[in-house]
Amino acid sequence: MSIDGVAIDWLNFTPWSSLAGGALIGLAASLFVLFNGRIAGISGLLGSVLEGGEGRAEKGLFLLGLLLAPLVWGLFSVLPTIEFQSGWLGLLVAGLLVGVGTRYGSGCTSGHGVCGVSRLSPRSLVATFTFMAAGFVTVFVLRHLLGG
Amino acid sequence: MRKLTALLAGLLFGIGLLLAGMANPTKVLGFLDLAGAWDPSLALVMVGAIAVAAGPLAWAKGRAQSLLGAPMQIPAKRELDPRLIGGSLVFGIGWGIAGICPGPALAILLSGHWQVSVFVLAMLAGMLLFTALERRRSH
Repeated sequence: MSIDGVAIDWLNFTPWSSLAGGALIGLAASLFVLFNGRIAGISGLLGSVLEGGEGRAEKGLFLLGLLLAPLVWGLFSVLPTIEFQSGWLGLLVAGLLVGVGTRYGSGCTSGHGVCGVSRLSPRSLVATFTFMAAGFVTVFVLRHLLGG
Repeated sequence: MRKLTALLAGLLFGIGLLLAGMANPTKVLGFLDLAGAWDPSLALVMVGAIAVAAGPLAWAKGRAQSLLGAPMQIPAKRELDPRLIGGSLVFGIGWGIAGICPGPALAILLSGHWQVSVFVLAMLAGMLLFTALERRRSH
């Protein structure tokens, strides 16, 4: 089925679990700001812990919780599908770009995309628009112009 | 107490990413592939997250302290600059190559896939490179 030229992949569309997962992410970001007074932006937290900035213990514990998620999930259920499309070189290049880019851009999908857009921060709105557009264009170039 | 809420918030964040499908690079790339068979699920992740977080964040903005007495640290900067846009552009390209961003990378690091270890090591190297360049700039 096609809407305005975009073919929707209904088979893989998961509206309810994605909405529910999003709500949990929103709840986690809410708890972190209400109790800890901090923005749940993963690249910022990680960069700050690496640099030895203020609040290292709290930030490190948030990241530890994030790391433990698949282990806790595994106690109750089978982990959802995790499937990669890239080889080691692609992962290496992608990781480097994500690391450098999120630090220069002061945030990623969580800090800008969720927390910043929720606050209607002009910087976050521009950043989110920019990385989404770059993501769409990159996939288009790699899949439809270069690859097959 | 704040350490406990930090740990709990991080755990919940990770569970949310796993449930949402954000932790599956194939699904993320399916969302970023507008010209292929487009999977719009991840737009709903943002909708769900923003619907829940907007109220608490707006409340927090007007406060000097958190409920547990921590200083409220919400970015106040409003100016757009080339670093914000250039950095976001570079991040988006990296995101589009592998379908992995920082939160999901950490949320699946201990899931037993070698690919994510390569990605996370490279991401940490990128972040350290940023720090090294910044320190050089300020000297």
